[in-house]
Amino acid sequence: MYALFAFVAGLVFGIGLLVSGMVNPAKVIGFLDLAGRWDPSLALVMVGAVAIGAIGFVIAGRRKTTFLGTPMLLPTTRTIDRRLVVGGAVFGVGWGLAGFCPGPALVALGIGQPKAIVFTAAMLAGMLAFECLERMRTSSSARLEPAAGGTSE
Amino acid sequence: MSIDWTTFTPWSALAGGAIIGVAVALFALFNGRVTGISGIAGGLLRPSFPDWTWRAAFLGGLIVAPLAYRLLKAPPDLTIAADYPTLVLAGILVGVGTRYGSGCTSGHGVCGVSRLSPRSLVATLAFMAAGFATVFVSHHIFS
Repeated sequence: MYALFAFVAGLVFGIGLLVSGMVNPAKVIGFLDLAGRWDPSLALVMVGAVAIGAIGFVIAGRRKTTFLGTPMLLPTTRTIDRRLVVGGAVFGVGWGLAGFCPGPALVALGIGQPKAIVFTAAMLAGMLAFECLERMRTSSSARLEPAAGGTSE
Repeated sequence: MSIDWTTFTPWSALAGGAIIGVAVALFALFNGRVTGISGIAGGLLRPSFPDWTWRAAFLGGLIVAPLAYRLLKAPPDLTIAADYPTLVLAGILVGVGTRYGSGCTSGHGVCGVSRLSPRSLVATLAFMAAGFATVFVSHHIFS
């Protein structure tokens, strides 16, 4: 059941990306190009998503368990540190170069776009490289300090 | 700054955004998690992944979304201006950056902002600023 609801959420999310036009990198670049002919669409996608999403999180925040009876696992991390800002900036450079972020890239992969396949493969390689580096870092520093556990938003 | 009224699609943007919001609300209420796509994908690349089923199911839903969408209308034409070497570089930066910064446009941008998380607001400002700067440099300085 849990996986089925995850599948439905992914499917609905993907349809939202298709309807919004954000699967098309040209739309994303059009938003990021403030100095050119600016396409504000992405800002309205955020407005629509946040308006509905916020209602969901208000209800979820008042509950200890989900509608399926499983525990609520919403992030509780509050630290604002260098890795948050540096990681965000590195992601932003890649986003600006290609016009793809992870969600739209996976949907474009489903359309069968060769360029989306190459981008997604490189993205997964980057994630894997990060996992390997983290493991090396935490295993070498484990004797000196507790490992900094990263949760994901 | 001049708004390009020929490409601006306010209604489909709002409607698509609302559908994304529905997905995020469903995932929070039924799965108890934030919809962070980089985190969901990255979690599949760990050595032991006992929770791979729901992660794979979510990503599978994203990938088959164009098939479901095709029942109603044709998927949009994608315009990908970047060449292959740029796409490889961009992909690596997105992969490393989203994992190092613990989130992407969905986790920090949509979910974090919906939850008014100060941490996610900072991350969102960071990737937005870097995205604006990158497009400015690549389109107006080295164009």
